[in-house]
Amino acid sequence: MTASDNIAAAERRGRVITAALLAPSTLWFLLLLLLPLAVVVVFSFGERHPAGGYQAGFTFENYLNLPARWAAFRNTLVLAPIGTAICLLAAYPLAYWLAVKVGPQRRLLLLVLVIVPFWTSFLIRTYAWIFILGGRGIPAVIEWLGFGDVRLINTPFAVLVGIVYGYLPLMVFPIFVSLERLDKRLLEASHDLGAPPLRTFLQVTLPLSAPGVITGSMLVFILLMGEYLIPALLGGGKVFFIGNALVDLFLQSRNWPYGSAVAVALVLLMLVTVTLYLRATRRPGSRDVSLI
Amino acid sequence: MRAYAIAVYIFLYAPVALIVLFSFNSGLNASDFRGFSTEWYGKAAANPFVMGAVVNSLIIAGTSATLATVFGTMAALALQRVHGPLRTLFDGVTYVAIMVPGIVIGISTLIALVTVFDLVNAGLAGIWPGATPPQLGLGYGSIIAAHTLFTMALVIVIVRARLAGMDRTLVEASADLYSTPWGTFRQVILPQLLPAVVAGFMLSFTFSFDDFVIAFFVAGSKTTLPIYVFASIRRGVTPEINAIGTVVLAVSLAMLLGSQFLLRRGRKTQAA
Repeated sequence: MTASDNIAAAERRGRVITAALLAPSTLWFLLLLLLPLAVVVVFSFGERHPAGGYQAGFTFENYLNLPARWAAFRNTLVLAPIGTAICLLAAYPLAYWLAVKVGPQRRLLLLVLVIVPFWTSFLIRTYAWIFILGGRGIPAVIEWLGFGDVRLINTPFAVLVGIVYGYLPLMVFPIFVSLERLDKRLLEASHDLGAPPLRTFLQVTLPLSAPGVITGSMLVFILLMGEYLIPALLGGGKVFFIGNALVDLFLQSRNWPYGSAVAVALVLLMLVTVTLYLRATRRPGSRDVSLI
Repeated sequence: MRAYAIAVYIFLYAPVALIVLFSFNSGLNASDFRGFSTEWYGKAAANPFVMGAVVNSLIIAGTSATLATVFGTMAALALQRVHGPLRTLFDGVTYVAIMVPGIVIGISTLIALVTVFDLVNAGLAGIWPGATPPQLGLGYGSIIAAHTLFTMALVIVIVRARLAGMDRTLVEASADLYSTPWGTFRQVILPQLLPAVVAGFMLSFTFSFDDFVIAFFVAGSKTTLPIYVFASIRRGVTPEINAIGTVVLAVSLAMLLGSQFLLRRGRKTQAA
Protein backbone atom coordinates (compact mmCIF):
# COMPACT_ATOMS: atom_id res chain seq x y z
CA MET A 1 0.00 0.00 0.00
CA THR A 2 1.43 3.41 -0.94
CA ALA A 3 1.29 6.59 1.09
CA SER A 4 -1.26 8.16 -1.22
CA ASP A 5 -3.50 5.11 -0.77
CA ASN A 6 -3.28 5.64 2.97
CA ILE A 7 -4.23 9.27 2.67
CA ALA A 8 -7.13 8.43 0.37
CA ALA A 9 -8.36 5.81 2.84
CA ALA A 10 -8.10 8.25 5.74
CA GLU A 11 -9.99 10.85 3.75
CA ARG A 12 -12.73 8.39 2.92
CA ARG A 13 -12.99 7.40 6.56
CA GLY A 14 -13.14 11.08 7.54
CA ARG A 15 -16.01 11.64 5.14
CA VAL A 16 -17.92 8.66 6.53
CA ILE A 17 -17.44 9.95 10.10
CA THR A 18 -18.60 13.45 9.10
CA ALA A 19 -21.71 12.03 7.44
CA ALA A 20 -22.43 9.84 10.48
CA LEU A 21 -22.05 12.81 12.84
CA LEU A 22 -24.45 14.90 10.75
CA ALA A 23 -27.00 12.11 10.24
CA PRO A 24 -29.20 12.59 13.35
CA SER A 25 -29.44 16.38 13.05
CA THR A 26 -30.14 16.16 9.31
CA LEU A 27 -32.85 13.58 9.94
CA TRP A 28 -34.38 15.83 12.62
CA PHE A 29 -34.33 18.92 10.42
CA LEU A 30 -35.88 17.01 7.52
CA LEU A 31 -38.62 15.19 9.43
CA LEU A 32 -39.49 17.74 12.11
CA LEU A 33 -38.85 21.07 10.42
CA LEU A 34 -38.88 20.94 6.63
CA LEU A 35 -41.56 18.26 6.25
CA PRO A 36 -43.97 19.95 8.72
CA LEU A 37 -43.42 23.37 7.13
CA ALA A 38 -44.08 21.84 3.69
CA VAL A 39 -47.25 20.23 5.06
CA VAL A 40 -48.43 23.63 6.32
CA VAL A 41 -47.89 25.19 2.89
CA VAL A 42 -49.71 22.31 1.14
CA PHE A 43 -52.59 22.40 3.64
CA SER A 44 -52.98 26.16 3.22
CA PHE A 45 -54.23 25.52 -0.34
CA GLY A 46 -56.58 22.73 0.76
CA GLU A 47 -60.16 22.59 1.98
CA ARG A 48 -61.60 22.03 5.42
CA HIS A 49 -62.86 18.50 6.01
CA PRO A 50 -66.54 18.52 7.12
CA ALA A 51 -65.46 16.92 10.43
CA GLY A 52 -62.54 19.33 10.89
CA GLY A 53 -58.99 18.83 9.73
CA TYR A 54 -57.87 18.73 6.12
CA GLN A 55 -59.31 17.63 2.81
CA ALA A 56 -57.24 17.58 -0.37
CA GLY A 57 -57.92 20.37 -2.82
CA PHE A 58 -56.42 23.39 -4.50
CA THR A 59 -57.95 26.72 -3.71
CA PHE A 60 -56.82 30.24 -2.81
CA GLU A 61 -59.92 30.72 -0.70
CA ASN A 62 -58.03 30.42 2.60
CA TYR A 63 -55.73 33.25 1.61
CA LEU A 64 -58.62 35.34 0.27
CA ASN A 65 -60.33 34.88 3.63
CA LEU A 66 -57.38 36.20 5.65
CA PRO A 67 -59.06 39.62 6.18
CA ALA A 68 -61.60 37.80 8.38
CA ARG A 69 -58.81 37.64 10.99
CA TRP A 70 -57.74 41.22 10.39
CA ALA A 71 -58.06 42.16 14.07
CA ALA A 72 -55.40 39.62 15.07
CA PHE A 73 -53.03 40.83 12.36
CA ARG A 74 -53.68 44.47 13.27
CA ASN A 75 -53.07 43.90 17.00
CA THR A 76 -49.84 42.01 16.31
CA LEU A 77 -48.57 44.56 13.79
CA VAL A 78 -49.34 47.46 16.14
CA LEU A 79 -48.38 46.03 19.54
CA ALA A 80 -45.28 44.03 18.51
CA PRO A 81 -43.38 47.11 17.20
CA ILE A 82 -44.63 49.30 20.09
CA GLY A 83 -43.62 46.61 22.60
CA THR A 84 -40.19 46.29 20.96
CA ALA A 85 -39.71 50.06 21.05
CA ILE A 86 -40.67 50.32 24.74
CA CYS A 87 -38.33 47.41 25.55
CA LEU A 88 -35.54 49.21 23.72
CA LEU A 89 -36.16 52.53 25.50
CA ALA A 90 -36.35 50.80 28.87
CA ALA A 91 -33.33 48.55 28.28
CA TYR A 92 -30.85 51.03 26.85
CA PRO A 93 -30.24 53.15 29.98
CA LEU A 94 -29.84 50.00 32.08
CA ALA A 95 -27.41 48.42 29.60
CA TYR A 96 -25.49 51.71 29.44
CA TRP A 97 -25.33 51.95 33.21
CA LEU A 98 -24.09 48.35 33.49
CA ALA A 99 -21.48 48.72 30.75
CA VAL A 100 -20.15 52.20 31.49
CA LYS A 101 -20.95 53.22 35.05
CA VAL A 102 -20.70 50.01 37.10
CA GLY A 103 -17.31 48.70 38.16
CA PRO A 104 -16.20 45.29 36.83
CA GLN A 105 -16.51 43.76 40.31
CA ARG A 106 -20.27 44.13 40.59
CA ARG A 107 -21.02 44.11 36.87
CA LEU A 108 -21.26 40.34 36.41
CA LEU A 109 -23.61 39.86 39.36
CA LEU A 110 -25.88 42.72 38.23
CA LEU A 111 -25.94 41.35 34.69
CA VAL A 112 -26.81 37.85 35.88
CA LEU A 113 -29.64 39.39 37.92
CA VAL A 114 -31.09 40.81 34.69
CA ILE A 115 -30.85 37.50 32.83
CA VAL A 116 -32.12 35.21 35.61
CA PRO A 117 -35.81 36.11 35.20
CA PHE A 118 -35.65 35.28 31.51
CA TRP A 119 -34.58 31.73 32.28
CA THR A 120 -37.24 31.15 34.90
CA SER A 121 -40.81 30.19 34.14
CA PHE A 122 -42.29 32.64 31.64
CA LEU A 123 -45.80 31.39 32.40
CA ILE A 124 -45.49 31.95 36.15
CA ARG A 125 -43.96 35.39 35.72
CA THR A 126 -46.72 36.50 33.35
CA TYR A 127 -49.29 35.07 35.73
CA ALA A 128 -47.97 37.36 38.48
CA TRP A 129 -49.26 40.32 36.46
CA ILE A 130 -52.82 38.96 36.37
CA PHE A 131 -52.62 39.43 40.08
CA ILE A 132 -51.01 42.88 40.05
CA LEU A 133 -53.17 44.39 37.30
CA GLY A 134 -56.34 42.52 38.29
CA GLY A 135 -59.25 44.00 40.23
CA ARG A 136 -57.59 43.67 43.65
CA GLY A 137 -54.16 44.85 42.59
CA ILE A 138 -53.19 48.30 41.34
CA PRO A 139 -56.78 49.30 40.37
CA ALA A 140 -57.86 48.78 44.01
CA VAL A 141 -55.03 51.06 45.17
CA ILE A 142 -55.99 53.70 42.62
CA GLU A 143 -59.61 53.55 43.72
CA TRP A 144 -58.61 53.76 47.37
CA LEU A 145 -56.61 56.90 46.56
CA GLY A 146 -59.78 58.37 45.14
CA PHE A 147 -58.97 58.41 41.45
CA GLY A 148 -62.01 56.40 40.49
CA ASP A 149 -62.52 53.04 38.86
CA VAL A 150 -59.73 51.97 36.52
CA ARG A 151 -59.60 48.83 34.47
CA LEU A 152 -56.11 47.55 33.66
CA ILE A 153 -56.33 43.81 33.03
CA ASN A 154 -57.45 42.67 29.57
CA THR A 155 -56.38 45.94 27.94
CA PRO A 156 -53.59 46.67 25.42
CA PHE A 157 -51.79 48.34 28.35
CA ALA A 158 -51.71 45.06 30.30
CA VAL A 159 -50.40 43.21 27.25
CA LEU A 160 -47.65 45.83 26.81
CA VAL A 161 -46.66 45.54 30.47
CA GLY A 162 -46.42 41.78 30.04
CA ILE A 163 -44.32 42.21 26.90
CA VAL A 164 -41.85 44.60 28.51
CA TYR A 165 -41.63 42.43 31.61
CA GLY A 166 -41.10 39.25 29.62
CA TYR A 167 -38.62 40.47 27.04
CA LEU A 168 -36.63 43.26 28.72
CA PRO A 169 -33.73 40.93 29.67
CA LEU A 170 -33.40 39.78 26.08
CA MET A 171 -33.01 43.40 24.96
CA VAL A 172 -30.55 44.41 27.71
CA PHE A 173 -28.04 41.66 26.96
CA PRO A 174 -27.03 42.41 23.32
CA ILE A 175 -26.97 46.17 23.97
CA PHE A 176 -24.76 45.60 27.00
CA VAL A 177 -22.37 43.46 24.95
CA SER A 178 -21.96 46.10 22.23
CA LEU A 179 -21.56 48.91 24.80
CA GLU A 180 -19.01 46.95 26.80
CA ARG A 181 -16.87 46.39 23.69
CA LEU A 182 -16.95 50.11 22.99
CA ASP A 183 -13.57 51.75 23.47
CA LYS A 184 -14.07 54.13 26.43
CA ARG A 185 -11.21 56.33 25.20
CA LEU A 186 -13.48 57.44 22.35
CA LEU A 187 -15.84 58.94 24.92
CA GLU A 188 -12.95 60.76 26.59
CA ALA A 189 -11.68 61.98 23.23
CA SER A 190 -15.12 63.34 22.38
CA HIS A 191 -15.26 65.08 25.77
CA ASP A 192 -11.75 66.51 25.37
CA LEU A 193 -12.71 67.87 21.97
CA GLY A 194 -15.40 69.90 23.67
CA ALA A 195 -18.50 67.88 22.81
CA PRO A 196 -21.31 68.15 25.37
CA PRO A 197 -22.45 64.78 26.84
CA LEU A 198 -25.57 64.62 24.67
CA ARG A 199 -23.58 65.12 21.51
CA THR A 200 -21.04 62.48 22.57
CA PHE A 201 -23.92 60.11 23.13
CA LEU A 202 -25.60 60.83 19.79
CA GLN A 203 -22.45 60.84 17.69
CA VAL A 204 -20.24 58.27 19.40
CA THR A 205 -22.05 55.96 21.83
CA LEU A 206 -25.30 55.41 19.98
CA PRO A 207 -23.83 54.63 16.52
CA LEU A 208 -21.25 52.28 18.04
CA SER A 209 -23.90 50.38 19.99
CA ALA A 210 -26.14 50.04 16.91
CA PRO A 211 -25.33 46.33 16.35
CA GLY A 212 -26.57 45.52 19.87
CA VAL A 213 -29.68 47.65 19.41
CA ILE A 214 -30.45 45.93 16.10
CA THR A 215 -29.85 42.41 17.42
CA GLY A 216 -31.92 43.01 20.55
CA SER A 217 -34.81 44.57 18.63
CA MET A 218 -34.82 41.71 16.13
CA LEU A 219 -34.85 39.05 18.85
CA VAL A 220 -37.71 40.69 20.73
CA PHE A 221 -39.69 41.54 17.61
CA ILE A 222 -39.43 38.01 16.19
CA LEU A 223 -40.57 36.48 19.48
CA LEU A 224 -43.42 38.99 19.79
CA MET A 225 -44.76 38.25 16.31
CA GLY A 226 -45.45 34.67 17.39
CA GLU A 227 -46.53 35.54 20.93
CA TYR A 228 -49.41 33.61 22.42
CA LEU A 229 -49.15 33.45 26.22
CA ILE A 230 -49.06 37.16 27.07
CA PRO A 231 -52.22 38.13 25.14
CA ALA A 232 -53.92 34.91 26.29
CA LEU A 233 -53.31 35.68 29.98
CA LEU A 234 -53.29 39.50 30.08
CA GLY A 235 -55.44 40.32 27.05
CA GLY A 236 -58.32 38.12 28.19
CA GLY A 237 -59.69 37.43 24.71
CA LYS A 238 -60.04 41.15 23.99
CA VAL A 239 -56.47 41.86 22.92
CA PHE A 240 -55.38 38.89 20.82
CA PHE A 241 -52.42 38.25 18.53
CA ILE A 242 -52.00 36.05 15.43
CA GLY A 243 -50.76 33.32 17.80
CA ASN A 244 -54.10 33.34 19.60
CA ALA A 245 -55.94 33.12 16.28
CA LEU A 246 -53.78 30.08 15.42
CA VAL A 247 -54.63 28.30 18.67
CA ASP A 248 -58.30 29.01 18.04
CA LEU A 249 -58.16 27.73 14.46
CA PHE A 250 -56.16 24.58 15.16
CA LEU A 251 -57.46 23.46 18.53
CA GLN A 252 -60.99 24.88 18.77
CA SER A 253 -62.55 25.22 15.31
CA ARG A 254 -60.11 22.71 13.78
CA ASN A 255 -60.00 24.57 10.48
CA TRP A 256 -56.54 23.36 9.52
CA PRO A 257 -56.36 24.73 5.94
CA TYR A 258 -57.39 28.23 7.00
CA GLY A 259 -55.09 28.05 10.06
CA SER A 260 -52.24 26.97 7.78
CA ALA A 261 -52.85 30.00 5.57
CA VAL A 262 -52.71 32.26 8.67
CA ALA A 263 -49.44 30.57 9.73
CA VAL A 264 -47.91 31.02 6.26
CA ALA A 265 -48.99 34.68 6.31
CA LEU A 266 -47.37 35.11 9.76
CA VAL A 267 -44.04 33.65 8.64
CA LEU A 268 -44.05 35.71 5.43
CA LEU A 269 -44.91 38.85 7.39
CA MET A 270 -41.98 38.16 9.74
CA LEU A 271 -39.58 37.59 6.85
CA VAL A 272 -40.67 40.79 5.10
CA THR A 273 -40.52 43.04 8.19
CA VAL A 274 -37.19 41.59 9.34
CA THR A 275 -35.66 42.00 5.86
CA LEU A 276 -36.93 45.57 5.58
CA TYR A 277 -35.66 46.38 9.07
CA LEU A 278 -32.23 44.92 8.36
CA ARG A 279 -32.01 46.78 5.06
CA ALA A 280 -33.05 50.05 6.70
CA THR A 281 -30.57 49.72 9.57
CA ARG A 282 -27.61 48.37 7.63
CA ARG A 283 -25.19 51.19 6.99
CA PRO A 284 -22.83 51.09 4.02
CA GLY A 285 -19.59 49.35 4.91
CA SER A 286 -20.86 47.82 8.13
CA ARG A 287 -20.73 44.10 8.61
CA ASP A 288 -23.75 41.84 8.58
CA VAL A 289 -25.42 41.61 11.95
CA SER A 290 -25.47 38.17 13.47
CA LEU A 291 -28.74 37.24 15.09
CA ILE A 292 -27.16 35.22 17.82
CA MET B 1 -29.29 56.65 36.15
CA ARG B 2 -28.57 54.57 39.21
CA ALA B 3 -32.07 55.25 40.51
CA TYR B 4 -33.46 54.15 37.17
CA ALA B 5 -31.46 50.91 37.32
CA ILE B 6 -32.79 50.20 40.81
CA ALA B 7 -36.33 50.84 39.56
CA VAL B 8 -35.81 48.32 36.73
CA TYR B 9 -34.55 45.68 39.16
CA ILE B 10 -37.59 46.26 41.34
CA PHE B 11 -39.81 45.96 38.27
CA LEU B 12 -38.10 42.66 37.39
CA TYR B 13 -38.23 41.11 40.83
CA ALA B 14 -41.33 42.51 42.57
CA PRO B 15 -43.78 40.22 40.71
CA VAL B 16 -41.58 37.22 41.51
CA ALA B 17 -41.40 38.26 45.16
CA LEU B 18 -45.17 38.58 45.22
CA ILE B 19 -45.60 35.01 44.01
CA VAL B 20 -43.23 33.72 46.67
CA LEU B 21 -44.99 35.78 49.33
CA PHE B 22 -48.46 34.59 48.40
CA SER B 23 -47.35 30.98 48.16
CA PHE B 24 -47.10 31.09 51.96
CA ASN B 25 -50.60 32.55 52.31
CA SER B 26 -52.94 30.56 54.50
CA GLY B 27 -56.08 32.14 53.01
CA LEU B 28 -58.01 30.41 50.26
CA ASN B 29 -58.07 33.46 48.03
CA ALA B 30 -54.78 34.41 46.48
CA SER B 31 -55.69 38.09 46.61
CA ASP B 32 -55.89 38.58 50.38
CA PHE B 33 -53.13 37.75 52.77
CA ARG B 34 -54.11 35.98 55.98
CA GLY B 35 -50.90 34.72 57.52
CA PHE B 36 -47.98 32.39 57.07
CA SER B 37 -48.56 28.78 56.16
CA THR B 38 -47.01 26.09 54.00
CA GLU B 39 -50.28 24.31 53.44
CA TRP B 40 -50.34 25.02 49.67
CA TYR B 41 -46.99 23.30 49.24
CA GLY B 42 -48.44 20.25 50.99
CA LYS B 43 -51.59 20.41 48.84
CA ALA B 44 -49.57 20.69 45.63
CA ALA B 45 -47.31 17.80 46.66
CA ALA B 46 -50.33 15.65 47.50
CA ASN B 47 -52.10 16.44 44.22
CA PRO B 48 -51.51 13.49 41.84
CA PHE B 49 -52.16 15.71 38.80
CA VAL B 50 -49.42 18.12 39.82
CA MET B 51 -46.95 15.34 40.56
CA GLY B 52 -47.82 13.54 37.32
CA ALA B 53 -47.24 16.73 35.35
CA VAL B 54 -43.90 17.31 37.12
CA VAL B 55 -42.75 13.75 36.31
CA ASN B 56 -43.85 14.15 32.66
CA SER B 57 -41.99 17.45 32.37
CA LEU B 58 -38.83 15.99 33.90
CA ILE B 59 -38.89 12.97 31.57
CA ILE B 60 -39.48 15.16 28.51
CA ALA B 61 -36.93 17.84 29.42
CA GLY B 62 -34.28 15.26 30.41
CA THR B 63 -34.68 13.21 27.23
CA SER B 64 -34.94 16.09 24.78
CA ALA B 65 -32.03 18.00 26.35
CA THR B 66 -29.85 14.85 26.19
CA LEU B 67 -30.75 14.18 22.56
CA ALA B 68 -30.30 17.83 21.60
CA THR B 69 -26.91 18.05 23.33
CA VAL B 70 -25.56 14.84 21.77
CA PHE B 71 -26.90 15.45 18.24
CA GLY B 72 -26.12 19.18 18.30
CA THR B 73 -22.53 18.64 19.47
CA MET B 74 -22.03 15.91 16.86
CA ALA B 75 -23.28 18.26 14.14
CA ALA B 76 -21.15 21.17 15.35
CA LEU B 77 -18.02 18.96 15.27
CA ALA B 78 -18.81 17.63 11.81
CA LEU B 79 -19.56 21.08 10.40
CA GLN B 80 -15.93 22.08 10.93
CA ARG B 81 -15.09 19.86 7.98
CA VAL B 82 -18.05 20.74 5.77
CA HIS B 83 -17.74 23.66 3.36
CA GLY B 84 -19.46 25.01 0.28
CA PRO B 85 -23.17 24.88 -0.59
CA LEU B 86 -23.88 21.99 1.81
CA ARG B 87 -22.60 24.09 4.69
CA THR B 88 -24.65 27.12 3.62
CA LEU B 89 -27.74 24.92 3.41
CA PHE B 90 -27.18 23.42 6.86
CA ASP B 91 -26.54 26.84 8.43
CA GLY B 92 -29.68 28.19 6.75
CA VAL B 93 -31.84 25.38 8.10
CA THR B 94 -30.38 25.86 11.60
CA TYR B 95 -31.38 29.54 11.50
CA VAL B 96 -34.86 28.65 10.25
CA ALA B 97 -35.25 26.26 13.20
CA ILE B 98 -34.39 29.07 15.62
CA MET B 99 -36.32 31.87 13.89
CA VAL B 100 -39.64 30.17 13.14
CA PRO B 101 -42.00 31.06 16.01
CA GLY B 102 -42.65 28.28 18.53
CA ILE B 103 -46.34 28.42 17.74
CA VAL B 104 -45.69 27.68 14.06
CA ILE B 105 -43.39 24.78 15.04
CA GLY B 106 -46.23 23.55 17.26
CA ILE B 107 -48.98 23.62 14.64
CA SER B 108 -46.83 22.34 11.79
CA THR B 109 -45.56 19.41 13.89
CA LEU B 110 -49.13 18.69 14.99
CA ILE B 111 -50.65 18.50 11.52
CA ALA B 112 -47.65 16.71 9.97
CA LEU B 113 -47.55 14.06 12.70
CA VAL B 114 -51.31 13.53 12.76
CA THR B 115 -51.33 13.11 8.96
CA VAL B 116 -48.40 10.67 9.02
CA PHE B 117 -49.84 8.75 11.99
CA ASP B 118 -53.22 8.41 10.25
CA LEU B 119 -51.54 6.92 7.18
CA VAL B 120 -49.32 4.57 9.20
CA ASN B 121 -52.16 3.48 11.50
CA ALA B 122 -54.38 2.72 8.51
CA GLY B 123 -51.55 0.73 6.94
CA LEU B 124 -50.89 -1.15 10.16
CA ALA B 125 -54.57 -1.99 10.58
CA GLY B 126 -54.52 -3.49 7.05
CA ILE B 127 -51.59 -5.83 7.60
CA TRP B 128 -51.83 -6.51 11.36
CA PRO B 129 -52.64 -10.19 12.06
CA GLY B 130 -54.13 -9.61 15.54
CA ALA B 131 -57.39 -7.92 16.48
CA THR B 132 -55.97 -4.66 17.89
CA PRO B 133 -53.10 -3.20 15.85
CA PRO B 134 -50.75 -0.79 17.65
CA GLN B 135 -51.70 2.84 17.20
CA LEU B 136 -49.23 5.67 16.80
CA GLY B 137 -50.29 8.82 18.57
CA LEU B 138 -49.23 12.10 20.11
CA GLY B 139 -47.54 11.95 23.51
CA TYR B 140 -44.07 11.83 25.02
CA GLY B 141 -42.46 11.07 21.66
CA SER B 142 -43.98 14.00 19.80
CA ILE B 143 -43.18 16.56 22.54
CA ILE B 144 -39.60 15.27 22.89
CA ALA B 145 -39.11 15.32 19.10
CA ALA B 146 -40.44 18.86 18.72
CA HIS B 147 -38.42 20.22 21.66
CA THR B 148 -35.28 18.50 20.40
CA LEU B 149 -35.62 20.29 17.06
CA PHE B 150 -35.38 23.76 18.55
CA THR B 151 -32.88 23.00 21.33
CA MET B 152 -30.60 21.04 18.98
CA ALA B 153 -30.31 24.14 16.77
CA LEU B 154 -29.47 26.13 19.92
CA VAL B 155 -26.74 23.64 20.93
CA ILE B 156 -25.25 23.70 17.41
CA VAL B 157 -24.91 27.50 17.59
CA ILE B 158 -23.45 27.50 21.14
CA VAL B 159 -20.94 24.68 20.55
CA ARG B 160 -19.82 26.11 17.21
CA ALA B 161 -19.12 29.46 18.83
CA ARG B 162 -16.87 27.64 21.32
CA LEU B 163 -15.19 25.60 18.56
CA ALA B 164 -14.44 28.79 16.63
CA GLY B 165 -12.56 30.17 19.64
CA MET B 166 -10.69 26.92 20.28
CA ASP B 167 -6.94 26.50 19.95
CA ARG B 168 -6.37 24.35 16.83
CA THR B 169 -2.65 23.92 17.49
CA LEU B 170 -3.42 21.59 20.41
CA VAL B 171 -5.36 19.31 18.07
CA GLU B 172 -2.48 19.28 15.61
CA ALA B 173 0.03 18.65 18.41
CA SER B 174 -2.06 15.71 19.61
CA ALA B 175 -2.12 14.24 16.08
CA ASP B 176 1.63 14.76 15.73
CA LEU B 177 2.14 12.86 18.98
CA TYR B 178 0.41 9.84 17.38
CA SER B 179 -2.86 10.13 19.24
CA THR B 180 -5.77 8.44 17.48
CA PRO B 181 -8.60 10.76 16.32
CA TRP B 182 -10.78 9.36 19.11
CA GLY B 183 -8.00 9.95 21.65
CA THR B 184 -7.58 13.52 20.44
CA PHE B 185 -11.30 14.05 20.71
CA ARG B 186 -11.52 12.67 24.24
CA GLN B 187 -8.40 14.24 25.69
CA VAL B 188 -8.10 17.52 23.80
CA ILE B 189 -11.34 18.61 22.13
CA LEU B 190 -13.95 17.43 24.64
CA PRO B 191 -12.41 19.06 27.75
CA GLN B 192 -12.27 22.39 25.90
CA LEU B 193 -15.83 22.01 24.62
CA LEU B 194 -17.32 20.86 27.90
CA PRO B 195 -18.44 24.27 29.22
CA ALA B 196 -20.35 24.94 25.98
CA VAL B 197 -21.84 21.44 26.00
CA VAL B 198 -22.97 21.79 29.63
CA ALA B 199 -24.38 25.26 28.97
CA GLY B 200 -26.20 23.88 25.92
CA PHE B 201 -27.70 21.06 27.98
CA MET B 202 -28.83 23.42 30.74
CA LEU B 203 -30.43 25.86 28.30
CA SER B 204 -32.13 23.00 26.45
CA PHE B 205 -33.45 21.50 29.68
CA THR B 206 -34.73 24.86 30.90
CA PHE B 207 -36.38 25.61 27.57
CA SER B 208 -38.08 22.24 27.40
CA PHE B 209 -39.19 22.32 31.04
CA ASP B 210 -40.61 25.81 30.61
CA ASP B 211 -42.13 25.45 27.14
CA PHE B 212 -45.86 25.80 26.93
CA VAL B 213 -46.78 26.70 23.38
CA ILE B 214 -45.16 23.79 21.48
CA ALA B 215 -46.26 21.19 24.03
CA PHE B 216 -49.80 22.64 24.01
CA PHE B 217 -50.18 21.49 20.39
CA VAL B 218 -48.31 18.20 20.30
CA ALA B 219 -48.91 16.82 23.83
CA GLY B 220 -51.99 14.81 22.89
CA SER B 221 -53.47 13.64 26.21
CA LYS B 222 -50.21 14.13 28.17
CA THR B 223 -49.99 16.99 30.65
CA THR B 224 -46.72 18.81 31.25
CA LEU B 225 -46.25 21.20 34.17
CA PRO B 226 -46.72 24.40 32.10
CA ILE B 227 -49.87 22.91 30.54
CA TYR B 228 -51.20 22.12 34.03
CA VAL B 229 -50.37 25.60 35.33
CA PHE B 230 -51.98 27.26 32.28
CA ALA B 231 -55.15 25.21 32.76
CA SER B 232 -55.27 26.10 36.49
CA ILE B 233 -54.88 29.79 35.75
CA ARG B 234 -57.75 29.52 33.28
CA ARG B 235 -59.91 27.80 35.89
CA GLY B 236 -59.23 30.44 38.51
CA VAL B 237 -56.37 31.55 40.67
CA THR B 238 -55.37 29.42 43.65
CA PRO B 239 -52.32 29.70 45.93
CA GLU B 240 -51.39 26.20 44.78
CA ILE B 241 -50.07 27.76 41.55
CA ASN B 242 -47.99 30.18 43.62
CA ALA B 243 -46.45 27.27 45.50
CA ILE B 244 -45.69 25.40 42.25
CA GLY B 245 -44.31 28.59 40.74
CA THR B 246 -42.05 29.22 43.73
CA VAL B 247 -40.63 25.70 43.52
CA VAL B 248 -40.12 26.00 39.75
CA LEU B 249 -38.39 29.37 40.20
CA ALA B 250 -36.15 27.99 42.95
CA VAL B 251 -35.18 24.95 40.87
CA SER B 252 -34.41 26.93 37.72
CA LEU B 253 -32.40 29.40 39.81
CA ALA B 254 -30.42 26.50 41.31
CA MET B 255 -29.81 25.11 37.80
CA LEU B 256 -28.63 28.48 36.52
CA LEU B 257 -26.26 28.98 39.43
CA GLY B 258 -25.06 25.38 39.04
CA SER B 259 -24.25 25.84 35.37
CA GLN B 260 -22.46 29.13 36.11
CA PHE B 261 -20.41 27.35 38.76
CA LEU B 262 -19.52 24.55 36.34
CA LEU B 263 -18.58 26.99 33.59
CA ARG B 264 -16.33 28.95 35.95
CA ARG B 265 -14.66 25.84 37.30
CA GLY B 266 -14.12 24.69 33.71
CA ARG B 267 -12.43 27.98 32.93
CA LYS B 268 -10.22 27.78 36.03
CA THR B 269 -9.02 24.21 35.41
CA GLN B 270 -8.32 25.21 31.82
CA ALA B 271 -6.22 28.13 32.95
CA ALA B 272 -4.29 26.00 35.45
